[in-house]
Amino acid sequence: MDSESTPVHADITLVVNGREHRLSVDTRASLLDVLREDLGLTGSKKGCDHGQCGACTILIGGRRANGCLALAVAHDGADIVTVEGLARDGRLSPVQEAFIEQDAFQCGYCTPGQLCSATGMLDEAGQGWPSTVTGDLGSEPVLDDDEIRERMSGNLCRCGAYVGIVAALREASRRKEAAEA
Amino acid sequence: MTERLESREKVTGTARYAFEYPVENVAYVAAVQASVGRGEITAVGTEAAMALPGVLAVLSCENAPRLSDPPDGELAVFQSRTVSYRGQFVAAVVGETLETAREAARLVHVEYAPEAPDVRLRTDHPSLYQPGKVNPVFPADTEQGEPEEVFNNSAVRVDVTYTTPAEHNNPMEPHATIALWDEHGYLTLYDSTQGASTVQSMVAQTFGLDPSHVRVVAPHVGGGFGSKGIPKPNVVLAAMAAGAAGRPVKFAVPRQQMYATTGYRTPTIQRLRLGADNDGRLNAILHDVVEQTSTVKEFAEQTATPTRVMYQAPHRRTSHRLVPLDVPTPSWMRAPGETPGMYALESVMDELAIATGIDPIELRIRNDTDREPESGLPFSSRNLVACLQEGAARFGWAGRDPATGVRWEGRKLIGTGVAASTYPAYMSPNRAIARAEPDGTFTVRIAAADIGTGARTALALIAAETLKADLGDVRVELGDSAFPRASVAGGSSGTAGWGTAVVRACEALRAKLNGAVAGGRGGSSHAGNGAIPPEGLEAAADTGAELKAREKYARHAFGAQFAEVEVDADTGEVRVRRMLGVFAAGRIINPATARSQFIGGMTMGVGMALLEESVMDEEFGDFLNRDLAQYHVPACADVRDIDAAWVEESDPHLNPMGSKGIGEIGIVGAAAAVGNAVHHATGIRVRHLPITPATLLPDL
Ligand code: FES
Ligand code: FES
Repeated sequence: MDSESTPVHADITLVVNGREHRLSVDTRASLLDVLREDLGLTGSKKGCDHGQCGACTILIGGRRANGCLALAVAHDGADIVTVEGLARDGRLSPVQEAFIEQDAFQCGYCTPGQLCSATGMLDEAGQGWPSTVTGDLGSEPVLDDDEIRERMSGNLCRCGAYVGIVAALREASRRKEAAEA
Repeated sequence: MTERLESREKVTGTARYAFEYPVENVAYVAAVQASVGRGEITAVGTEAAMALPGVLAVLSCENAPRLSDPPDGELAVFQSRTVSYRGQFVAAVVGETLETAREAARLVHVEYAPEAPDVRLRTDHPSLYQPGKVNPVFPADTEQGEPEEVFNNSAVRVDVTYTTPAEHNNPMEPHATIALWDEHGYLTLYDSTQGASTVQSMVAQTFGLDPSHVRVVAPHVGGGFGSKGIPKPNVVLAAMAAGAAGRPVKFAVPRQQMYATTGYRTPTIQRLRLGADNDGRLNAILHDVVEQTSTVKEFAEQTATPTRVMYQAPHRRTSHRLVPLDVPTPSWMRAPGETPGMYALESVMDELAIATGIDPIELRIRNDTDREPESGLPFSSRNLVACLQEGAARFGWAGRDPATGVRWEGRKLIGTGVAASTYPAYMSPNRAIARAEPDGTFTVRIAAADIGTGARTALALIAAETLKADLGDVRVELGDSAFPRASVAGGSSGTAGWGTAVVRACEALRAKLNGAVAGGRGGSSHAGNGAIPPEGLEAAADTGAELKAREKYARHAFGAQFAEVEVDADTGEVRVRRMLGVFAAGRIINPATARSQFIGGMTMGVGMALLEESVMDEEFGDFLNRDLAQYHVPACADVRDIDAAWVEESDPHLNPMGSKGIGEIGIVGAAAAVGNAVHHATGIRVRHLPITPATLLPDL
């Protein structure tokens, strides 16, 4: 037997949706699998396990990341938000609400990733981060439809809900701006 | 406009999909795929895998239990030493954890006596044969009049061959199963399926169980688009592995393994001949199709069947030929038959429009028909022309200059295209029960599936309407084979078939409720409807007899799709700027979800037109591009302005709701509309999908 085949475990701490978890994880385990299989947080989805679909998108330290590409053992102490943590006290976030209003999903399997990705994306844009379609890198990017589409293209939806997703994020970003103004 | 009833669960992550049920003591399965394209398994080395701590079992043809009577060859998992295609499941490991199972699968050593696989589809293949029928029950060949002769004598002739590649469904949720055997030998499957009842009966047959001893649970399904219409080998493998390990197991097919094991759309080679008068009236249509199947199981896609429905022409021939190859087994993918067939037919109609100098919309109107051309049956309703005209008005078709390759915006060439859509209004027998609860609410149960279609919501609307109740007082429970038997979520037949059973059950319940009032039975009073006993009141329906008694009509939905594209003259990149679909699909039950269905289908059509192609490895077999980085489905930035609308259509010959199916028609014709627009933009006629920079650049 290859010696590298023997499981090695490591103790880590994860803060998920504000709750601290002390865990012993297989050093080969992805954050996605630890969330889903060890913590029972199955909201984050596995579509490809290879960083190609975005279904597993979560927020790590406030930034969107593919949970399937993150080794759990490398995230000791990380502060993580999953789809289960987007609503506060039973109140849906503006992005979640807009998704429902615009019917921005069908089967719902890509949806948790879309929602986490969108939440992170709105923050990035709010902080003035450009994307590859941002024309003038010197000025604050305006989150028009082209910007939304570009910034959301890491999250595949085979049901083809993109039209609704873009409409939802147009609306969510408008509300966010109104709330901040 | 009614929002999906499960919306909140879906946006908060609490909607559970197959792999996500908490099951105690669960173990994990990882599968091994054949690394040769054809041959015999000579040995399976399991020592290294078994020696790994946490490995519970290794299964292969050397130790797998004998199955009773697998209904198709794909379900005969590990029953023989023969490798029928590269990527076929040949072994599996059960481990305590995902990581262990996966590592152990890597250590299983399968030896083969390999042979050279035969995997290339061609029209001169010596094994070409005529299938007994094409999916689901259509004749392989049909002929009327003297098509060849009339074609040859026609004033205008178009004789061209279109080819379409293999394409993969790629639902975002992989095929996944949790399998549990209890101490009485009863099997429970949490399965990602389009048909709980279908999985129940086919798995029962496979394992020699009474169907009542198999329960299949699937309230939420992450898409399927046909690939989850019948059980694929992963379901049998999971149940077998759970038996071998003596524990419940979970198995989700890794994305890369889905390409060989869970079905795909066959590639097609389609020769089309249209013979017409100078005024565009069709005299003869010939549509001859060659496609592939595997050696494990015959699947014959009904590619030429829309040609039997679409246009008038006194002389007509359609034919299907199959080649059995050493390839994975093709199966249903969104509108099998109509999708590739209408891509070819509607592209050739565009060629005929150009050959005759007639506007493509006018050409289609001239060849419209009020009877189904082959059967001679009247259409229950056919509003193709209304869709074309409504779409033309909305899209701004009037005054379109037919000249190709002349509209420049900077370095981009612009063009527009149109194509028709059609899809049969299928309907299957179903059962349902409706219950009046003592608290004044209603429950409807049916083993239907909501794979993202909005079925749960549509059925609740249908039930509420029949019961004259508030939507909020109606609960629909589906996705469980313990409920009354339902047909598969396929063939766009769900709402029609399930909905009819729900209507009949609700009507029967109303009759009972009225009877309860008249009879003065005790219990709590119910919204003026009568008295409900403490255990509730229940009524059941079975629509089998009703379906058999239906009048003879040709029942189909129709539509028209419009696309505007820009083609970069330097890179050959095609972008769909806007797309509009107008459909005539009977009564639309829920506009919100219907629109999403149409647009979703059209979006997949954009993928078909420009991105999707599964490339066969001609040397070793199986597909070369086996993940989402190499098989491109449309991403958000690929989809700009796609809109869908529908014309009012009232059709009394369908079902109590007056509805036709809407899940598939959105993809039908979409790729032709885009291809026709590319031709209008560039003057280049591409007769192979997808249309890529590589195909366009040499001619730009
Ligand atoms: S599952 Fe992580 S990107 Fe697909
Ligand atoms: S909603 Fe089904 S994949 Fe996006």
